[in-house]
Amino acid sequence: MSTTKELWVYAEQRDGKLAGVVRELLSQGQILAEKAGFTLAAVLPSANGAELCQELYNFGAKKVYTIDDPKLADYQNDYYSRAIAQLINEKKPEIVLYGATTIGRSLAPTVAVMVDAGLTADCTELDFDAETGNLLQTRPAFGGNIMATIICPDHRPQMSTVRSNVFKKTKISDNEAGEQIDYSVDLSGVPERMRRLESVHESDTNSIDLNAAQFIVSGGRGVGKPENFKIIYDFAAELGAAVGASRATVDAGWISHHHQVGQTGKTVCPVVYIACGISGAIQHLAGMQSSDMIIAINKDPDAPIFDVADFGLIGDLHEIVPEFRKQIAAFKA
Amino acid sequence: MNIVVCIKQVPDSDKVTIDRETNRLNRAGVPSIINPFDENALEMALQLKDEHGGKVTVISMGPPQAEQALRTALSHGADEAILISDRKFGGADTWATSYTISLAIKKLEDVDLILFGKQAIDGDTAQVGPGVAHFLDIPMLTYAKSVEVTSNTFKVNKVTEDGYEIWDIDKPAALTVVKEANQLRMPSLKKKMAAKKAEIPCWGFDELQPDEEKIGLAGSPTKVSKIFAPPVKLNKEILSGEPSDMITELIQKLKEQHVL
Ligand SMILES: Cc1cc2nc3c(=O)[nH]c(=O)nc-3n(C[C@H](O)[C@H](O)[C@H](O)COP(=O)(O)OP(=O)(O)OC[C@H]3O[C@@H](n4cnc5c(N)ncnc54)[C@H](O)[C@@H]3O)c2cc1C
Ligand SMILES: Nc1ncnc2c1ncn2[C@@H]1O[C@H](COP(=O)(O)O)[C@@H](O)[C@H]1O
Repeated sequence: MSTTKELWVYAEQRDGKLAGVVRELLSQGQILAEKAGFTLAAVLPSANGAELCQELYNFGAKKVYTIDDPKLADYQNDYYSRAIAQLINEKKPEIVLYGATTIGRSLAPTVAVMVDAGLTADCTELDFDAETGNLLQTRPAFGGNIMATIICPDHRPQMSTVRSNVFKKTKISDNEAGEQIDYSVDLSGVPERMRRLESVHESDTNSIDLNAAQFIVSGGRGVGKPENFKIIYDFAAELGAAVGASRATVDAGWISHHHQVGQTGKTVCPVVYIACGISGAIQHLAGMQSSDMIIAINKDPDAPIFDVADFGLIGDLHEIVPEFRKQIAAFKA
Repeated sequence: MNIVVCIKQVPDSDKVTIDRETNRLNRAGVPSIINPFDENALEMALQLKDEHGGKVTVISMGPPQAEQALRTALSHGADEAILISDRKFGGADTWATSYTISLAIKKLEDVDLILFGKQAIDGDTAQVGPGVAHFLDIPMLTYAKSVEVTSNTFKVNKVTEDGYEIWDIDKPAALTVVKEANQLRMPSLKKKMAAKKAEIPCWGFDELQPDEEKIGLAGSPTKVSKIFAPPVKLNKEILSGEPSDMITELIQKLKEQHVL
């Protein structure tokens, strides 16, 4: 099998802005490419590719394939998948990594069947086995009860999606050199079968973005009732933390789903994650387990959250959290 | 309007545990359920049928016992069920599963809409919906929350990271459905009885005539090379006692570790 020995990162953009996960994928991609002796490249379908290239070089891309086409201005599954599949079929990369975003989870599986490639979703670890040329793709399965390492020995490219905040991003410098390669695709034969009519952003203006937060304070059913979430918000404000939540509280309507952490919510990786009144169901752990430090507050000493905690505080969160806030305030003063 | 809903039978992952010595799943006694997100796809189909008439067909690929999931779907109101099952299909990854399911759907006539759950909770891949859509060469949207029917298209509200999008998509179309869409209605007693007796055809290799290289384990590009238990934290500290003492001690430790 002849390939160009390249490792690609899909450079997802929306409204001309790169998705955060792209930088993380480039940083991890660089480690893998070095190990494998591949060239790290980014693929950027958009309408204004040139502007974003420098940022991609700064995070390790040696090459950027820009695909400028008016049909690629906004994400549309038919056009995007066709464009990426064409490029893959022509350049034959060894590995392609995508962010497991709403876009990546639509694009990557479509491309996988188009180019006859294997695809492993939501990888939490990626390694390269230089002996076999296999990408070792490790991911949780059965709601996080087990970990599985997946390989794709006979098909190329080997493709994975990765959720944001799984890998750390490291900028190399502000003026890395790289090569921009303009690539044109022929989308004339692709029928227009779907049209975006409207796009609405509902940002939660008074809260800090969970993805970017250094500290997260999360509340679970142990908070007791919707009004009590104030304890969590007040503590978070004191710490400069974002507010997270378990699905039980989201389902109960105590807090909006934007705050949900876990398998079906956001994956977060802050410096400190403080779980208050959260039992630690496997689906919740799936979204916060890789935090640098986990502090759990729970009145049940047998709660599974304590299995993943660095510090466990056994007791009533209604007493502990306000005390925590008080002492943090005193510490800051 | 003819709607196909793809449902997967999965072990109830809340009740799955791992044997830390053998690294195997303790599956004995773990109940099988319809993948929770597929219930939302089913309810979306039933609501469309209530409003516009037509037929809801549920399809499941899996071992013979997946028939149970199909009977459950019938008791909730689906009209017909088809089981895709054959030893030769065993060990399929999402690629081979998508291919096999698409062959079954090709055999059905005049399908307007194919619905999938957002993802299956055993593998969490969310790949089968987009895969099937491509094999059928029809347009597809992920994360649908609601659908309106217009004359030749569907108007779909699709959830995104920070809001939603409204799309117009041509018929026939495929959608994957999120949990926020709805809640599955209760089964009726009458339908329960009928579901018990319903004839559920089973389509295997002979019925689907697949390309042998694209099915089962051999047709799956991805292979599982290793399974292991998730790592556990070792150096944890559990504190108890008076809240003020616990917090004082914790803050001291956080300072030592330069977190504060
Ligand atoms: C397919 C699927 C996907 C899911 N995805 C997610 C997901 O993405 N995120 C998620 O979070 N969940 C998810 N879940 C749900 C998950 O299984 C749990 O039901 C949920 O996480 C429980 O939330 P909880 O910990 O807040 O509630 P509970 O499990 O009810 O726990 C409450 C905890 O609070 C403690 N407590 C009570 N009062 C106090 C007090 N005064 N002081 C201190 N502690 C107290 C209790 O001891 C208990 O441990 C999913 C489930 C399924 C089936
Ligand atoms: N074996 C199967 N039989 C029927 N439908 C399936 C099967 N596997 C997956 N699906 C459908 O595809 C969706 C996504 O599954 P997955 O890609 O495995 O996460 C599920 O919610 C189902 O609607």
